[in-house]
Amino acid sequence: MEWGAVSSEEKEVSTILESGSQRTLSPYVTGTSVLGLKYKDGVIMAADMGAQKLNTRCSYGSTLRYKSVEQIKPIGKHTLLGASGEISDFQEILRYLDELIIYDHMWDDGNSLGPKEVHNYLNRVMYNRRNKFNPLWNSLVVGGVKNGQKYLGMVGMIGTHYEDNHVATGFGNHLARPIMRAEWREDLTFEEAVKILEKCLLVLLYRDRSAINKFQISKITEEGVTISEPYALKTFWGFSAFQNPTKGAEGSW
Amino acid sequence: MALRGDWVYENNGGTCVAIAGSDYCVVAADTRLSVGYSIYTRDYSKICKLADKCVLASSGFQGDMKALQKNLSAKHLIYQHQHNKQMSCPAMARLLSNTLYYKRFFPYYTFNILGGLDNEGKGCVYSYDAVGSYERVGYSCQGTGGALIMPVLDNQLKSPSPLLLPSRDAVTPLSESEAVDLVKDVFASATERDIYTGDKLEIIVVNATGIRQEFLDLRKD
Repeated sequence: MEWGAVSSEEKEVSTILESGSQRTLSPYVTGTSVLGLKYKDGVIMAADMGAQKLNTRCSYGSTLRYKSVEQIKPIGKHTLLGASGEISDFQEILRYLDELIIYDHMWDDGNSLGPKEVHNYLNRVMYNRRNKFNPLWNSLVVGGVKNGQKYLGMVGMIGTHYEDNHVATGFGNHLARPIMRAEWREDLTFEEAVKILEKCLLVLLYRDRSAINKFQISKITEEGVTISEPYALKTFWGFSAFQNPTKGAEGSW
Repeated sequence: MALRGDWVYENNGGTCVAIAGSDYCVVAADTRLSVGYSIYTRDYSKICKLADKCVLASSGFQGDMKALQKNLSAKHLIYQHQHNKQMSCPAMARLLSNTLYYKRFFPYYTFNILGGLDNEGKGCVYSYDAVGSYERVGYSCQGTGGALIMPVLDNQLKSPSPLLLPSRDAVTPLSESEAVDLVKDVFASATERDIYTGDKLEIIVVNATGIRQEFLDLRKD
């Protein structure tokens, strides 16, 4: 038997299980969109480094609490994992994967988990947590190369998943995917792929409230993983309409 | 935020169709995966081959679709180990119904059509709701474009009416190629008006010689 804890001021969203532990059903500290793209030598992913903390559990605005969050991490030898959504749940996922990779390594049989296996595993984990009404509040991007085969996929919070040449989470689906669909080709060079991703990141920076101007781009090839140092993009705000915003509409508003 | 349980489900869209003939069965589904007003990917197969003569097409919530396919495939593998033969289509039909009803109070949000050949080699199609109620029919369609396609199939397939007595076999007198052409036409029409249907059509034909796969491009808008 479970009962919900409801306070008088806000409809709280924690539920107390009979085991006494609690689970929350709304995110608290979240990262924004992660983008991924396949290119000639492997897979390239990008995300910004900001995390918003929501004020109370309702939609009452948020604070930019952390400005150096690494949303993309390497997993084993062949995979990169990027996550948007609840940061603490991402850290939990990294712990699950750590265990998985270590057990796999201990077999010492010359085989290692590739991106397809990691994607399938995370898919099952997310779906099963959703079945127990205790989700990991993330959208995950899994990318990598193994034996020359490139792989890029996404898993959502409730177990929705797909594999494609380009993926994005959250706002990236609306703003970045259309750009990727128009400009992606087979066998992009690394520089071309970075240009496409930077175009997407710039649009997200302008239009996504929770994006900040501090990014990391990571790439994974047969040789290994490289995660760039944080850097910023050049933005332009010198539009004449911004110079005198109340021109043509004087008054208090 | 998540005060109710409505975050556990989402509708990823898509349409499936199946038509049974005298010695064949056509099963088709589009390959678009959507969420809300976005498209995740244009290339996700909703069809799963469960047995030699038995194919499942589902639409609805993709997480549940995948879990259901894996569940049935696993049960089929165990059946093969225990009985040393493939499951027949009618047997798989009952298994699917029971699997769906097992989760009657937290359903698989999937709308399924099972197609294949029965024990006599005749085409059979079984149509389901989300909790396992099923019926053998001559043809069926499920999913977001289902309501757009069903009347066209009723009109064009020339299947005997289920109201006739003595009851007749529900299979269509059309030939295999005519049925496949009709499937292509109905999907082209559904794509025009249903925003969740489009991109590509995957057609599977099950007949005495085996299983054949065909693709057709649909409108991407």
